[in-house]
Amino acid sequence: MLDSFPKLLSATLITLKLLSASLFFGLFIGLFFAILRLNKNIFINKFAYGYSYVFRGTPLLVQIFIIYFGLAQIEYLRTSFLWIILKEPYWCAIIAFTFNTGAYTSEILRSAFQTIKPGVIEAGKSLGIPNKIIFYKIQIPIAIRQSLPAYGNEIILMMKGTSLASTVTLMDLTGVAKYIISTTFKPIEVFIVAGGIYLFMTFIIHNVIKYLEKKYSFQ
Amino acid sequence: MNIFKKTILTVVASLLMVVSVNADNIKIGTEGAYPPWNSKDAAGNLIGFEVELANELCKIMKHSCTIVEQDWDGMIPALVSRKFDAIMAGMSITDERKKTINFSQGYADEVASLAVMKGSKNEGLKTLSAINLTDISADEQATLDTLTKAFKGKTIGVQTATIHQNFLDSGLMGKVKVRTYKTQDEVNLDLAAGRIDAALAAAVAFTDYAEKSGKAVVLTGPTFAGGDFGNGVGVGIRKGDSELLNDFNAAIDKARDEGIISRLAIKHFGFDASM
Repeated sequence: MLDSFPKLLSATLITLKLLSASLFFGLFIGLFFAILRLNKNIFINKFAYGYSYVFRGTPLLVQIFIIYFGLAQIEYLRTSFLWIILKEPYWCAIIAFTFNTGAYTSEILRSAFQTIKPGVIEAGKSLGIPNKIIFYKIQIPIAIRQSLPAYGNEIILMMKGTSLASTVTLMDLTGVAKYIISTTFKPIEVFIVAGGIYLFMTFIIHNVIKYLEKKYSFQ
Repeated sequence: MNIFKKTILTVVASLLMVVSVNADNIKIGTEGAYPPWNSKDAAGNLIGFEVELANELCKIMKHSCTIVEQDWDGMIPALVSRKFDAIMAGMSITDERKKTINFSQGYADEVASLAVMKGSKNEGLKTLSAINLTDISADEQATLDTLTKAFKGKTIGVQTATIHQNFLDSGLMGKVKVRTYKTQDEVNLDLAAGRIDAALAAAVAFTDYAEKSGKAVVLTGPTFAGGDFGNGVGVGIRKGDSELLNDFNAAIDKARDEGIISRLAIKHFGFDASM
């Protein structure tokens, strides 16, 4: 049980890399699609809605398989420059995670934008602040604060979701745990250690979000 | 007696009933993703050499049997935790595995081989046609050196927790990047897609795939046996289940004498892989 600990810890690094990369890209995609959702144009609006509908309505495992095994079946893609990225399981996993978390983030941010009271925007307008500035300096900060609790949940869900990277040959925390089990045949001990590491990461994320909520509270 | 106690007792009693009903029934675990040893047809039924052999052996032992599916990487833990009573999943008899479970005598054996896509630089390597790793001769070492040179820094795909992975990890073929997959099907897919430079598995796993998918997968280098590759494929049994082990050994003897194993092997492998 203790022998497996260092191996699992170094595998945690891959898990953290996958998590941070997909959260980083996912936040931008989420913000982009949340803004599209607020657009009055029905086509733009429906397009953004369709994106979040598809990625929230299908299992992450299916998405990662379609991107990793599915796209690799298309001859045209394999000869294109995209193959440089799609060849690597690491990037396939990040693409799948990014689009998945992006879909959830866009919903979280959209609902946060919609909870902003019209009075706040009107107050800005009455002071003569341009619309753009109102959006960047008033609406976005309020929306981010509003969405913190829900987004914290999304980070934790995504952290656990990265365990699916092991299904496309990546040796993340779960992948290494499975490998150790396959050589030692001790599933309980190794999964308890791996589970403990996941739990510890959740503990950290949870507390950071809690701290941020307090720091930026309206009171 | 309060309602809580009653509920507990009911649950315990029903569990016991399930156990006693199944007492005479042997459950055999297989993977269902390693053709031609074991696989699934389009309808999801388990088929293949071992599925048919298991049924024949059960007939000889006069046991009723159920064949259940289990992911490869959890096969031995599932046996140990009594999810089923025997493994027939193309599992080679190795010293490593013998530390945890027992094996019946071998019922079939077949060699391992590297495979690459047609047109690869490592197609048609000039090596011995077969090597046995139990006792490595000078010629065999030369073949290993050729392989080491040819595959230096290359990525080779294998199914996880297999004799093939053990061999690549052993370093006899030098420093290669090993990429492990959950199933052999996934190894084949990534070999055909060009994500990995080569793959290592039972030779017949590749020829079977090439034939059924039409992909230009070709064998290269020698066939491997002995050493890390174990001593044939046997039935995995929990330690302590000596009665079941004896039953299987006797049944395999009888099936071999009656030519059942040979007949099934030729049907599924295209050659007599029985032993």
